[in-house]
Amino acid sequence: MKSKSGPVFLERRTYRRRRMIDAARLLPVLGIILVSIPLLWNGTPDPHTRTTYAMFYLFVVWIILVALSAIISRYLGPNESDEQSLGDR
Amino acid sequence: MATLNVLILVCLSYVVFLFAIAFAADRAALHGRGTWLHSPLIYTLSLSIYCTAWTFYGAVGFAARSGLEYLTIYLGPTLVMIGWWWTLRKMVRIGRSQRITSIADLISSRYGKSNTLAVFVTILAVVGTTPYIALQLQSVTLSFATFAEADLTSTSLPNRQSTAFLVAVGLALFTILFGTRNLDVNERHHGVVMAIALEAVVKLFALLAVGVFVVWGLAGGVEQTLERINASEIARWEVPTSRWIGLTMLSAAAFLCLPRMFQVMVVENENEGHLRTAAWAFPAYLMLMSLFVVPIAAVGLDVLPQGSNPDLFVLTLPLNAGRDGLAILSFLGGFSSATSMVIVAAIALSTMVSNHVVMPIWLHLTGGTAVVSGDVRNVALLARRLSIAGIVLLGYLYLQLSGGGTALAAIGLVSFAGVAQFLPALMGGLVWRGATRLGALCGLGVGFAVWMYCLFLPSFGSSSILPQTLFDHGLFGMSWLRPQALFGVEGMDQVVHAVMWSMLLNTASFVFVSLVSFPKPVERLQGAQFVNVFQHSATAGSWSGGLAQSEDLMIMSQRILGAPEAQAFFAAAAQRQGLAGYLPEPSPDFLQELERELSGSVGAATAHAMISQIVGGATVSVEDLMAVADETAQIMEYSNQLEAKSQEQARTARQLREANEKLTQLSVQKDGFLSQISHELRTPMTSIRAFSEILRDTEDLSPEEQSKYSSIIHDEAIRLTRLLDDLLDLSVLENGQVVLNEHKGCLEDLLDRAVAITGGGAGNFAIRREKSAEQVVLLTDLDRLAQVFINLIANARKYCDADRPELTIKTSQKADRLLVDFTDNGSGIPTDQQTVIFEKFSRIGQTKAGGAGLGLAICREIMARLGGGIDYLPGQRGASFRVTLPLNSQNATQ
Repeated sequence: MKSKSGPVFLERRTYRRRRMIDAARLLPVLGIILVSIPLLWNGTPDPHTRTTYAMFYLFVVWIILVALSAIISRYLGPNESDEQSLGDR
Repeated sequence: MATLNVLILVCLSYVVFLFAIAFAADRAALHGRGTWLHSPLIYTLSLSIYCTAWTFYGAVGFAARSGLEYLTIYLGPTLVMIGWWWTLRKMVRIGRSQRITSIADLISSRYGKSNTLAVFVTILAVVGTTPYIALQLQSVTLSFATFAEADLTSTSLPNRQSTAFLVAVGLALFTILFGTRNLDVNERHHGVVMAIALEAVVKLFALLAVGVFVVWGLAGGVEQTLERINASEIARWEVPTSRWIGLTMLSAAAFLCLPRMFQVMVVENENEGHLRTAAWAFPAYLMLMSLFVVPIAAVGLDVLPQGSNPDLFVLTLPLNAGRDGLAILSFLGGFSSATSMVIVAAIALSTMVSNHVVMPIWLHLTGGTAVVSGDVRNVALLARRLSIAGIVLLGYLYLQLSGGGTALAAIGLVSFAGVAQFLPALMGGLVWRGATRLGALCGLGVGFAVWMYCLFLPSFGSSSILPQTLFDHGLFGMSWLRPQALFGVEGMDQVVHAVMWSMLLNTASFVFVSLVSFPKPVERLQGAQFVNVFQHSATAGSWSGGLAQSEDLMIMSQRILGAPEAQAFFAAAAQRQGLAGYLPEPSPDFLQELERELSGSVGAATAHAMISQIVGGATVSVEDLMAVADETAQIMEYSNQLEAKSQEQARTARQLREANEKLTQLSVQKDGFLSQISHELRTPMTSIRAFSEILRDTEDLSPEEQSKYSSIIHDEAIRLTRLLDDLLDLSVLENGQVVLNEHKGCLEDLLDRAVAITGGGAGNFAIRREKSAEQVVLLTDLDRLAQVFINLIANARKYCDADRPELTIKTSQKADRLLVDFTDNGSGIPTDQQTVIFEKFSRIGQTKAGGAGLGLAICREIMARLGGGIDYLPGQRGASFRVTLPLNSQNATQ
């Protein structure tokens, strides 16, 4: 879309912010993968595949996702200064 | 045992409390107080209307029936929330920058502000949401009935229908009171949002309280609870893959598309920054809401008697254990979930119905423009209030018609699948500029039809609306059209089957039609603005006022907002600008404020149009621009035509001028000729008269004298005759009465003859010829042609003013024409004379020779008769004439 390329080296803070945006984008992908893992337990005759185990796993995953999301949101911060130029990159 | 009266009392006080909170919040917002109203926490809590009574009560029932599968309903939204950077951020930004009032508004705005699309989305939303509202009413009724049954003191059970009706009326009243209280500023409802946030806290607290009671009170600790779960019938992890993935996706899609979610997430959003908090806080809320669901289900299955409704475990467990307080709290939680959902859904739907269905119809009927008579505000408010009442009533009717029961319990997912049909058009519109209105319409239509056929109608049970034969043999007896086994896909879960096919076909037709159709300019512009919303300005375009007339704005605003409100608004604005009176300067800030105020009443687009009408097009819409462009194109075409015409006129004028010049010259020539001819005639006449008088009157003339005078008279008479002959000849030629005597002859012979007659190369006059080129046989009137040649050679002889006069006769052939050039080395003919030399009576200046000026005119006439022509060849360093003859006659004879 945009033909103009930004500077190669960014200020440390901006760089950090951009990586946090990357993280924010990747987080749902991680979430989808983690949430889909219990499906692999289907059909195994393992007695451990009980509802309680799955429940523990899923809630732990949930808490981790919430925590990660909170950390990322914190780092993304309210400074919208470079938001304009970031756009959808 | 819990007394029904206590419950009713608590319930009523809770409702009064809600009213008070909503009222206080509205007041605080009105006076600009209460910054806490705008906190991200309130925003997050308001999102919790996702958790309706269906999730409050139903999740436990869901878990009791199919284990952990209920989690999909919460995991979908969790994934959407933590992935907010992808979609929600964009949706909220667009919602704010485009002043979006509902999901129908968003979709219609994206696709060129198409009202057809908006109406379609509205209908689909109403169809999808009405059963859901019925479900909420049912849950309240059921929980109330549960209480009544458990209350041994009450003698008669309350009528379920009347309960549902009372709840419906109460909800409609609350929604109308706080949802249509303020018809302004971007559709935000502080009172409602505040009440919802409070209800969110209540329902979370209630569910957690029940959960804590069940785990530590009933089961006796975490360990024991886990043992009970392991011992229960839902102990095994056996979730079908298709349902796990399908339902997660479905709930994620519904989370984005549900009208009520859109209302709280996008429309009521105060600040984009709130999303950052909600991104983790809302998943946390969902996690807490689902934390105790499985323990409650397992313990309920264990403790409560067989056959008790698992959907009501949250209520029946505390009741069974004699914890009336907790049971009432639980009831309030369910009540909160139900009411908050109905309130927001009714607001969202009524906005859509009144903005996209009622108002356009009303404006159309009244022929409304910016200056409609009457109070638009009242109409808009009335439309919205009636819509709210109508929607809640529809829900109630649906409850009555479907008769409650289990058919309704499944409607949650059915409803999700219905609204999920918006997803392709919505997401496609946000990320793909090529998405078109037609594509969106087709996608929605196909998805809606498939959803209706495969899920919604069958959800009433087989052979209730659709006949049993349809399920067995398919539509028109085609087995691949069976509603639960489309295209022969059998054995799939019904919901997953319908979601898969409807979404697939929806997306496919949306993409395909978008690819082959061509969007209108407005659509393309809106598409670019939506897809690249982050590259455009964060706020909508501001007004550059100054041209606006405050008084006109005031007149219009009074009609829409109501006179006192408008006056107060204008006076406040004037005061802020430091002016006395009611009329502020139409500064851009003020205009933007006013537009926002008006857009709440009549919709953003209309408000924009109204102000732009008065402000005088400081900002114009694309339609305006296109109209202007059309006009410009017309004007340009017109001016092109004018230019062409004026060029033509200039050309004609030039021709006329030339003709006039020629005429003037001819007139001068004619005058000259007349004097010349009278002179020419007079001279011989005079001498004839004089000599004839001498012959008559003189007696003694010698024979020599006599013969001399007679011969003079004779010569002069011949000269006269020749002159008259020439005139006669020309006249004959001009009238076309000449008869041509065609003979075959050689050009060389003809030229020889002409040269000989004119005296050949006598004197110092030289004639140069190229005899080899003259070997051409002609079939023409040779005498006439010779006359032309003679004339030309004689002219050269007469007029060539060089010291050593020389005439070159050059013969050439070009295409099928024979060209004979007669060029002398004299001074030639001046440019201004060249045009007239072939005219009658024309004579070049007052040259020495005394011709009558008929020779060349005769030549031209002759050549025209012979099918050729004679022209003056300029630029030959002397007078040069070109005689052109057609060669085809010569070819024919060869």
